[in-house]
Amino acid sequence: MSTEYISFLEHQGKYKGIRSWIFATDHKRIAFLYMYAIASFFLIGAILGLLMRIELISPGETIMKPQTYNGLFTVHGIIMIFMVVIPGLSAVFGNFFLPILIGAKDVAFPKLNLFSWWLFMLGSILAVASQLLKSGPPDTGWTFYAPYSTTTGTNVITATTAAFILGFSSILTGLNFIVTVHRMRAPGMKFFNMPLFPWAIYATAWIQLLATPVVGITLIMLIAERLFGIGFFNPDLGGDPVLFQHLFWIYSHPAVYIMILPAMGVITEIIPTFCQKKVYGYKAIAMSSLAIAGVGFLVWGHHMYTSGMSEQARWFFSLLTFLVAVPSAIKVFNWISTMYKGSIDMKPPFLFALFFIFLFMIGGLTGLILGSVATDIQVHDTSFIVAHFHYIIFGGMGFAFFAAIHYWLPKMYGKMYNFTRANIAAVALFIGFNLLYFPQFLIGIQGMPRRYFDYPPRFQWAQITSTIGGFILVSAVILMITNLIIGVRRGAKAPANPWNGTTLEWQIPSPPSLENFDEEPLVKENPYDYK
Amino acid sequence: MSEHITHVEEHRDDEASKLGMWLFIFTELLLFGGLILVYSVFRMQYPANFHEASLELSVTIGAINTVVLLISSMTIAMAITAIQKKNKKLTLRLISITVFMALVFLFNKYFEWGHKFEHGLYPGSDLMQLLERGHHLYFSLYFFMTGLHALHIIVGMVLLIICYVKVNKGSIAHDKFVFLENGALYWHLVDLIWIFLFPLLYLIS
Amino acid sequence: MDNHGSHITEYKVLVRVLFVLLLCTFLTISVTGFNLGAFTVTIALLIAGFKSYMVLSYFMHLKYESLLLRILVSMVFVLFIIIVLITFIDYSFR
Repeated sequence: MSTEYISFLEHQGKYKGIRSWIFATDHKRIAFLYMYAIASFFLIGAILGLLMRIELISPGETIMKPQTYNGLFTVHGIIMIFMVVIPGLSAVFGNFFLPILIGAKDVAFPKLNLFSWWLFMLGSILAVASQLLKSGPPDTGWTFYAPYSTTTGTNVITATTAAFILGFSSILTGLNFIVTVHRMRAPGMKFFNMPLFPWAIYATAWIQLLATPVVGITLIMLIAERLFGIGFFNPDLGGDPVLFQHLFWIYSHPAVYIMILPAMGVITEIIPTFCQKKVYGYKAIAMSSLAIAGVGFLVWGHHMYTSGMSEQARWFFSLLTFLVAVPSAIKVFNWISTMYKGSIDMKPPFLFALFFIFLFMIGGLTGLILGSVATDIQVHDTSFIVAHFHYIIFGGMGFAFFAAIHYWLPKMYGKMYNFTRANIAAVALFIGFNLLYFPQFLIGIQGMPRRYFDYPPRFQWAQITSTIGGFILVSAVILMITNLIIGVRRGAKAPANPWNGTTLEWQIPSPPSLENFDEEPLVKENPYDYK
Repeated sequence: MSEHITHVEEHRDDEASKLGMWLFIFTELLLFGGLILVYSVFRMQYPANFHEASLELSVTIGAINTVVLLISSMTIAMAITAIQKKNKKLTLRLISITVFMALVFLFNKYFEWGHKFEHGLYPGSDLMQLLERGHHLYFSLYFFMTGLHALHIIVGMVLLIICYVKVNKGSIAHDKFVFLENGALYWHLVDLIWIFLFPLLYLIS
Repeated sequence: MDNHGSHITEYKVLVRVLFVLLLCTFLTISVTGFNLGAFTVTIALLIAGFKSYMVLSYFMHLKYESLLLRILVSMVFVLFIIIVLITFIDYSFR
């Protein structure tokens, strides 16, 4: 690394200015494009969430009408699910670090990669447009359940088209990553020499590829239902609304694993680095990623216990749901075993990773309550569900995203951020998060329905606590982002390997050069080889 | 041996392109898979209606279209053999035949659909709403599935025309024909889907 | 194994495959003529399955591709069949 190198940020390509970004085919620049877009959408989604929280601070109408509230939770869901968490980790950190971690110069199809981003932006613009167009924001919830979605007068067609395009973008990203892992690994890098983040991204990519087309066709059917009355989901015409739920969840349950698998991959990178210890059970973690991806395809029905499925289907899905918890638990045990007797260094990324494990466990264990038919029927469509999936999606994927940005920011920008502020933000996030979502478990069990803008006064204590938590959470996010921006602007220069990591990204300068590896990378037998 | 060649040429990985195409075919298969799932559910619920409604379709036209697609699938497979044997002229001719077959298919489909439209049988028509439930669902599925399939035929045709131009220009040749291979794979996919659609829609007893 | 383009499928093989496929098409149509009850669908689908196997193996060259690709292709079909079967656990018992 003694030779003069030019980082990818300073590299002069064909274009200058903004065009050097939006027409870039470099996987690292595309990762930045995704990151800025997703961060903006996240803030929009968070503001909408906060508006809902303010509405719920007192029973009855507080700041908005019921229909506005229906639009808000739908918009919040569409933005957060399709535009933030599904692309989130794999499009940002997968793009940036998957090629580097397997010793490649770029992804297999760089132009296709850029095309995916453009599709993503097109879909996102349509999704935002569906909120602003004349007939009013869709009020179906992000799940677009038929038959209501086939009859409501709101912009459902625009929103579903947007979701379709976003899905197509997701398919192309997955396709690109699978080919990259198969064809672009550095010489000597076998599948079982890959770090575990690429393993997680690889498993995720398969779900993106195989599950998304099903929701694609479902959304087209929904649009055709609205335009032509084809009747697939309309009981009046002989159709079956439950069939829509089947098709929707055949995609959307695996999609949950599109969200959480890369998050698990990030945590698996961070924990060995900050414990300076070889990861415990490498193969078990790699295989459990594939197992989650595989079994995750077969459990969709647990979203439909109360929809009128047959008895047999319900116990069958319940059984499979308990099975899918096993590989997730394997990962948690392996993370904890990795920490055991390690020399733990409490830097911000590790703190976020610890919070991730805590929140993910609460989310996962409450998931088992929902997986068993009897208890699910009690809490179905209550705020218990809302709390559960926010613990998984925000507490899991969101905190993993924060962990990842604190872990890899020095590599991506070549700059370091302030640790104290980062730690304060992390703790505030954790407190705000639990204040916001934990009370929802409690009132959920007592019968507070989800997606209601009103509630009886006896739930007010919890709603107020939640709203306070929401404000703490958003302030903490702002503090965290400000700290990162200050770090990137004025922070100290980051060394090539600030955390003493062993995977390939730490062998190259920060930020990496255009082609990542100016010399052929040194591939180790075990990627987590701490002496 | 081939190691050296890969390094000399500027990053070109035919295996990667082909794998990418296969993965894309997987997504297409599952796209139609979703429709076939819907079809099987409704066929199970309305077996008699599905049988009656299917009698409205002409097995002859369906069979002719099946034969047309099978032949076109063979000709495009032959085009690859021809390009490998450095026979550019034959390659071009075989691609033209394939595109011609695609047009024949669409022509047939046009008449089949047109006939239905004349009788007021099309998605969203008044007649459709009056049909029995199973009939209604059957025809909705028929139009949806064959329509989506026809869309794929058109995309495949465009791809094959691009292949034709590229072969003509010489940018597809005996040592670099992965684009033609991928175009052909896409065309076979269209055939593959029709192999299932034909018995499912035309031959219900 | 980077033996790309080493395998050339001969014309006569392709013609033979087409012949088999046409025969199968004829068979499917004639089978529908007899009333075999529930078996008609099964037979029609089995024939369609065999036809797609022929198209995949010969026209799409899968027979000469890597083992990995062949596994992946069969995996997709298996996944779809499993999804259909699981869905029918619901619909058959309703």
